[in-house]
Amino acid sequence: MTIQFNDESFRDDYTFHNSDWAIKRFPFPFHEDSYMYSVNMEQHRGGPEGSVYEMRFDVDEHYVSEMKDRAMVLDQDPLRCQSLPHMTLAGWDLLELIMVSKSEDYPDLFELHRNGNQWRWINKPLGIDHSFTFMDETTLPYGPMEYITRQAQGDFAVLDQRDEMLWMDAGMVTTQADWSLDFDIGMNFFEWHAPVPKAHEMGIFQRALKFLLNIQQGAPARRLNWTMTVNPLLDTSPENYHKWGIQKTTLTAQNIAHKQHLRVELQTFFRLPRSNALVFPIRCYLCSFQDLMTVPKWGRRLHRVIRDLPEELATYKGFIDNRPMMLGYLSKFDDGLPTSPGIWPDLESEPPLSK
Amino acid sequence: MSKFEFPKSIASRPVWGTLEVRPGEHHLMIAEAEGAEAILDIATPDLMAKTHLIYIPKGADYVERLQALKPAQFYEGPSYEASLQRIRRVLEDAHMGLQVYLTGSEGMMGQAMNEVMAVGLPHTAIQTEHRGSVARRMQCVHCKGITEDVVVDPFVCAHCGLNLFVRDHYSRRLAAYQGVRVDAEDHGNVPEPKGIYE
Repeated sequence: MTIQFNDESFRDDYTFHNSDWAIKRFPFPFHEDSYMYSVNMEQHRGGPEGSVYEMRFDVDEHYVSEMKDRAMVLDQDPLRCQSLPHMTLAGWDLLELIMVSKSEDYPDLFELHRNGNQWRWINKPLGIDHSFTFMDETTLPYGPMEYITRQAQGDFAVLDQRDEMLWMDAGMVTTQADWSLDFDIGMNFFEWHAPVPKAHEMGIFQRALKFLLNIQQGAPARRLNWTMTVNPLLDTSPENYHKWGIQKTTLTAQNIAHKQHLRVELQTFFRLPRSNALVFPIRCYLCSFQDLMTVPKWGRRLHRVIRDLPEELATYKGFIDNRPMMLGYLSKFDDGLPTSPGIWPDLESEPPLSK
Repeated sequence: MSKFEFPKSIASRPVWGTLEVRPGEHHLMIAEAEGAEAILDIATPDLMAKTHLIYIPKGADYVERLQALKPAQFYEGPSYEASLQRIRRVLEDAHMGLQVYLTGSEGMMGQAMNEVMAVGLPHTAIQTEHRGSVARRMQCVHCKGITEDVVVDPFVCAHCGLNLFVRDHYSRRLAAYQGVRVDAEDHGNVPEPKGIYE
């Protein structure tokens, strides 16, 4: 299909919106009526047609506007994109992975023509037609990681692997769930996850690390993660928290339906061929409560998950104060009927709301 | 005495050790304030004869006792910042096998550790021992400015003036803990500051 790109904003007047297509393919993160941490990894080898799992790097209607938002963030704060000196090769690896994947998966939008190291990259949605020399930084306007991630939705953490450990040694991070690349760069896997409550004690990170260290070329993996965001704000950075934090208090029973968003991260993991680094794209999808409620199964389930979530997690995810108001709204969409297993909307088979 | 038992914390928070004598031809000791006691605890004539000792008193009174140990070289610096050029010069000449001893506040040890690592010495050549002040070196996540010697939580950023709460999240690269606006969701509602470990 041809994607109609939205002209929308993720700040100030918040004109961000999801089409019916985008709602139905939203990566709803709960496969059952409750939630607890788990190492919920699976192979990233496609998925149902049209779903966010289908392509290696999903491109959707928000692509062009998200890239404009990223450019604005970088303009105000260049520290959101950093690469330690030894990570340049991994940057080239990433550039190749994204260019090859996108040109193969979306041939109507992206083209890559290679003649030895002379490459020509055409990005039609962003109006780019650029010839450069692969592995020669002087032929690009930015470093290779920055160049390509200014053209790819989602944050990118590029992890060096040494001493049986992963190190956050490069990244492009402008749509993050409240963590700072500038602060965390250079940290190891356990250090940058240190602020996450409970999961360490549960052994989650030990098992996740073991899994990630063994990811092989050509066999990427994926998982979903989630949090809550008031307003469709992409840049929920700690750097700007002193400005956006107050928006959490603007939620009311009247505006919650369109103001409160479920924020889902599709996290994928690819081994890079030359550097042996691991790239960890963290793609953010936003959906308002009112749009989610158009899927009866998700309405029932979201209410149950938020109602039963341990207090510690609701605090960590930053919505403990707003939880009563959320439940006041969500309970209207829970009629107590059972839900089908799995994350898919199941619009054909699940009964409509009987309340 | 003056050893503080830090409460158990998250994985990014540094854990400091206890100095011990290691074999080696060359030793570099950087001590701050009560860190002098950790040096006095391990000093032997043989060790000190091969030691360059850099001491930053910060108001403490140990200079005579340290000089009495007869280190091969002794330098008294008025502050870490003032001593930094000398530390870098010493490290420039360092050979593999140099043993480094850092003792004093967390901020000093964290910064000095980065200097040692920057010249390529392995982390296994560095020992640490916390002594004296439990103050933290804090980075404001908003303006990126560093505020030294923070002992209360919340505190005022020395650069942008925001009221920040003190996190345990620590960056070795910055040698600093992270400070985040405490009243971001309720402007003006700043709790009464109290000691970080109270």
